[in-house]
Amino acid sequence: MELTRVSLRGIAARLGDGVDGTLLTLALLLAALGLLTLFSASYDQPGRVTGQLANLAVALGAMWVAARIPPQALLRFAPPVYVFGVLLLLGVALFGDVVNGARRWLHIGVTRFQPSEMMKLALPLMLAWYFHRNEAGLRTRDFAVGVLLLALPVVLIARQPDLGTAVLVAAAGFYVIFFAGVGWKLLVGLGVLGLIGLAPLWGLLHDYQRKRILTLLDPTQDPLGAGYHIIQSTIAVGSGGITGKGWLHGTQTHLEFIPERHTDFIFAVFSEEFGLLGNCLLLVLYALLIGRGLMIAANAASFFSRLLAGSIALMFFTYVFVNMGMVSGILPVVGVPLPFVSYGGTALATLFVGLGILMSIHRHRKLVQT
Amino acid sequence: MRLAQLRDHERELYYFQLRIGFAGAAVLVAFALLFARFFYLQVVQHGAYVSKAEDNRISVVPVAPNRGLILDRNGVVLARNYSAYTLEVFPAKVRNLERTVAEVAQLIEVQPKDRSRLRKLLAETRNAESLPIRTRLSDEEVARFAANRYRFPGVDIKARLFRQYPLGESASHVLGHIGRISTRDREKLEELGVEANYRGTDFIGKAGIEASYQHELHGMAGVEQVEIDAGGRGLRTLARTPAQPGNNITLTLDIRLQQLVERLFGERRGALVALEPRSGAVLAFVSRPGFDPNLFVDGIDPANWEALNNSPDRPLNNRAIAGLYPPGSTFKPYMALAALELGKRTPRSVIHDPGYFVFGERRFRDSKPGGHGTVDLYKSIVVSSDTFYYQLANDLGINAIAGFMQHFGFGARTGIDLEGEATGVLPSPEWKMARFRRPEQQKWYAGETISIGIGQGYNAYTPAQMALAVATLANLGAMYRPHLVSHIDDQRSGARRAIEPVLVRQLPLRTENLEFVRRAMAGVNREGTGARVFAGAQYTSAGKTGTAQVIGLKQNEKYDERRVSERLRDHSLFIAFAPVENPRIALAVLVENGGFGARTAAPIARAVLDYYLLGRLPAALDKPPSSEEPENEEGD
Repeated sequence: MELTRVSLRGIAARLGDGVDGTLLTLALLLAALGLLTLFSASYDQPGRVTGQLANLAVALGAMWVAARIPPQALLRFAPPVYVFGVLLLLGVALFGDVVNGARRWLHIGVTRFQPSEMMKLALPLMLAWYFHRNEAGLRTRDFAVGVLLLALPVVLIARQPDLGTAVLVAAAGFYVIFFAGVGWKLLVGLGVLGLIGLAPLWGLLHDYQRKRILTLLDPTQDPLGAGYHIIQSTIAVGSGGITGKGWLHGTQTHLEFIPERHTDFIFAVFSEEFGLLGNCLLLVLYALLIGRGLMIAANAASFFSRLLAGSIALMFFTYVFVNMGMVSGILPVVGVPLPFVSYGGTALATLFVGLGILMSIHRHRKLVQT
Repeated sequence: MRLAQLRDHERELYYFQLRIGFAGAAVLVAFALLFARFFYLQVVQHGAYVSKAEDNRISVVPVAPNRGLILDRNGVVLARNYSAYTLEVFPAKVRNLERTVAEVAQLIEVQPKDRSRLRKLLAETRNAESLPIRTRLSDEEVARFAANRYRFPGVDIKARLFRQYPLGESASHVLGHIGRISTRDREKLEELGVEANYRGTDFIGKAGIEASYQHELHGMAGVEQVEIDAGGRGLRTLARTPAQPGNNITLTLDIRLQQLVERLFGERRGALVALEPRSGAVLAFVSRPGFDPNLFVDGIDPANWEALNNSPDRPLNNRAIAGLYPPGSTFKPYMALAALELGKRTPRSVIHDPGYFVFGERRFRDSKPGGHGTVDLYKSIVVSSDTFYYQLANDLGINAIAGFMQHFGFGARTGIDLEGEATGVLPSPEWKMARFRRPEQQKWYAGETISIGIGQGYNAYTPAQMALAVATLANLGAMYRPHLVSHIDDQRSGARRAIEPVLVRQLPLRTENLEFVRRAMAGVNREGTGARVFAGAQYTSAGKTGTAQVIGLKQNEKYDERRVSERLRDHSLFIAFAPVENPRIALAVLVENGGFGARTAAPIARAVLDYYLLGRLPAALDKPPSSEEPENEEGD
C-alpha cells in the first residue's frame, strides 16, 4: 500500500499496476496469432476480425478489473457467486432459449447470457473457498462435499446439453480437489467412481453426442454426417505438413471444407497454414502460460489462492488439450474453443478474467509471506 | 503450537508444490502426446493427407461432347444443337426437394409440367445426378437466380446444349429423337464398355438415326479439373481436355422430296419408301402421321406423351419398317416371275377368267365381276386379274411360292440402318407350324394358298420390304441393302467416310423373264390400272397397283366402300420404278384405308417420280385429292 500519492506518472503506473507482464504478453501473443488465423478463416466475413478486436478490448478491461480484486474479496464472494450461478443454471433449465437444440442461453434484458460460462470460474472459487475454510484438517467427508458441489452444476450443464462446458467445469473443479490434497487412494476411488458415473451419463447423452463419440472411433462410418468434422479437420492438419501451406493459402479453409472454422475448429485453420512448426509454437506458448500459472499457484499466499490459481492454470490446459485433441482427431468433438485464439467474446472474457485472478493472486503473494 | 502450525503449513505447502510439479509434468506429457499426434499427421501421414486435400479441392468434371449434326443429302440441317440455360438441382444435396422447388418457384416460374417431369426423372434415376427444374431460362431469369444463388445450395444454373429439329415433324421417323439416359440405357452402355465416355452426358438417341448412329453422333467426352468448394460448386478450372464433338451424319434423303411426300399424304396414314435401286440409298422415307421430335428433347411432358401414345393414328409407330400390310396385287409381278422361273407358265399361257376361281367348295371371286375374259401373263399384270393368280398359286403350291419370294426379301428384315424393324410374315407351312399352338391350326390347308397368290391371306410385309423387292426387280435381281446414311464426317480427323452400297445378293434370274415382268409393269402405267395416273409422263415408268383388304369378306358378300367405316376400308398400294430401261428410283407407297391402289397411292408415286426425274413439283399440291373415280377401278 505504498502507492497512495497521486501524480501523472503515478496514474500510468497505477493503470499497469497489478497486471502481470509475462502472463499478459503470452496471452496477447496467442491472441495475435488468433487474429491472424481469424483473418484467414474469415476471408468472406471481414467483420469477424474487428469484432474479435472489440471482444479483446472488453476482455482486457475485465482482466484489468479482476486483477485489482484482492483474493480476500474473491474468498468472500465465492459462495454467493456459486449459488447465483447454480440458480441461473436452474433458470436456464426452466426458461432458457433453445439454440441449435440446446438450452443454454438466458435472456437478461436485451442480451443473452450463458450462465454455464461463469461456472468455469465460479465452481473453482466455491471449492477453493470450501477447502480453505476446512484447511485445518481435510477429511474424506470434505472431499465428498466437494464432489457434490462439483456434480450439481456439471450435471445441470451436461443436461443442457453442453458437453464441452461440462467437461471444462468438471475439470476445473477436479483440479481444486486434486490440489486440496485428496489422497491418492481416494483419487483412484474418485476415478473409478467417475467411470461408473459415465455409464448413466451415456444414457443422459443426446443422440448427436453419442454419435460423436462413436464416430471418433471410426470417422469413416459417417463421412457426410458426424464424421465430416473430424475427417476434414484431420485432412487440414495433415496436409499442412511441417511448414504449413502458408498464411491465407489453406485450401481446406478457403474452400470451406472446415466447419466452424472461426470458433472451435480454428486450430485446423492454423495448423493447415502454419504446419507442425506453428503447432509447436502454440504448444510452447501455452506451456509457458500454464507454467507461469502453476508458478503463481506455487507461490500464492493462502490455501484459497493456491487452489484457485492451480485450477485456473490447469483450466487453460484443459481447453488446449481438449480442443487440439478433437481437431486432430483423438478426442470426441465437444464444443471447446482454443483459448485466446478462437472467435467469441464470452469465452475470451472468461479466459482473461481467469488471467486477471492469477495476476491478483500473484500480486498479493508477499502479503502473507511466511 | 504456533510452530507446529507453521510446520504443518510448510508441510502442506510442500505437498501442494509437489502436486503442482506433478500437474506440470502431466501437462508436458499431454502436450508431448499432442505433438506426437501432430507429428504423425503432418509428417508421417503428410503425403496421404495432401492427396486427400487435393481430392477434396479438385473435382474431375466430365465435359459432354457436342452431338453431331444430321443433314440431308443436300446439306440441309435436320438436327442441330443450341445452347440454353437450365436450372438444375442435385437431389442428394438438397434436404427437402419439394420445399426447395417451391422456394425456387417464387423466383422463377416453374410450371406443373416442369414439376411432373422432375418427379418422373427423380423416380427414374437412383444415383445422384443433376436434374432440371426448369429448362430454357431467359437472361432475366438467370440474373434473378444468380442474385439469390446463395439461398439454394444444391441448385445451380448450367449452360446445356439442347437438340433441336428445325423442320419439326418432317422426317421424324427417320431422325427419331433423343431422350434422357435411362437406367436401361446405362446398363447397355456398361455392357458395351463405353459408360465412361457418357459421364456428363444426359441424353442419348432413343429412336431413328439418333439411336442407330448414337455412337457416331456422340463424340468423345472431355475432362475438366475444377477447383470446388465444400458445397460442390466449381470455382475455377485448373486443367482441361476438351471434348471432341460427335460426327456429322449426312443422309441419303432429299428433304424436299421427303416434305413433298409428307404434304401429299396430308392427313392420311401410311408410308412411302423410295430407294435408289443400284445402291440401296433411301431417297424418301415417310411414315404418316409423324410427331414433333422436339417434344422429347428435354423430357416429354405427360400430356403430350399421352396424346402421342394413345392416338388411334399411332403417330409414334414407324409404319415404313414396323407396319405390316398385305401387299395385295403388288405381289402379282413376283408371282408372274415365279411362274416363269419355275416353268409353270410361259408368256403365251392363256386362261379364261370368268370372274371367279373354284377350289373345292369355295369360290374365290375376282375384283371385276364377270372377269377379264381371255387373260395371258402380260394382261394378268396389266389389268390385275385375280382369277389368273388364284389358279397360278394353286399350281405353284405354297412351298414354291414361299421359296421363291424369300429371295426378294419378303418376310425378312431389310437390314436398313434403323432400329425396330419388323420381320413380317412370308406364309409357309413351317411358318404356320411355328406360329400356332393347336394342331388343327398348325396344318396348312391348300385353300389357304389361293389368296396368297393375290397378296392376301397371311401375307404381311413392311413398306420397306415392298420397296426393297421392287428395287431388286428394277435392278435385275441385284439386291442392295437399304441405307439412310450417305456419309459420316469425322469431326476429329476431318475425314469423310462414305457408306458403301452393300450387295445383299444377286438373284440368279433369267434376264428374259425379268424383262418380261418389267415390260408388263410398264404396261400397267401405259395402258393398265396405272395408265390414268401416269398419263402424260415424260419418262417411262413401271408400276403395279394394289388394294389390300382390311376385313375379310364372306363368301358372297360384295365389298361396298360406302358401307364400310373409314378405318376398315381397303389399303391403297402402289409399287413403281423409273425409268424402265435404266431405273434410278424404285418405291413402294401404302395409304391406309386409301381404297383402290390407283386412287390414292399411285398419284403420290407419280409426284415422287416427277420430282425426282424431272425436278418438277405437282401444280395442284394444296388442292384436296381428286375425288373422281379412276377409270380402271374395278381392275385394281
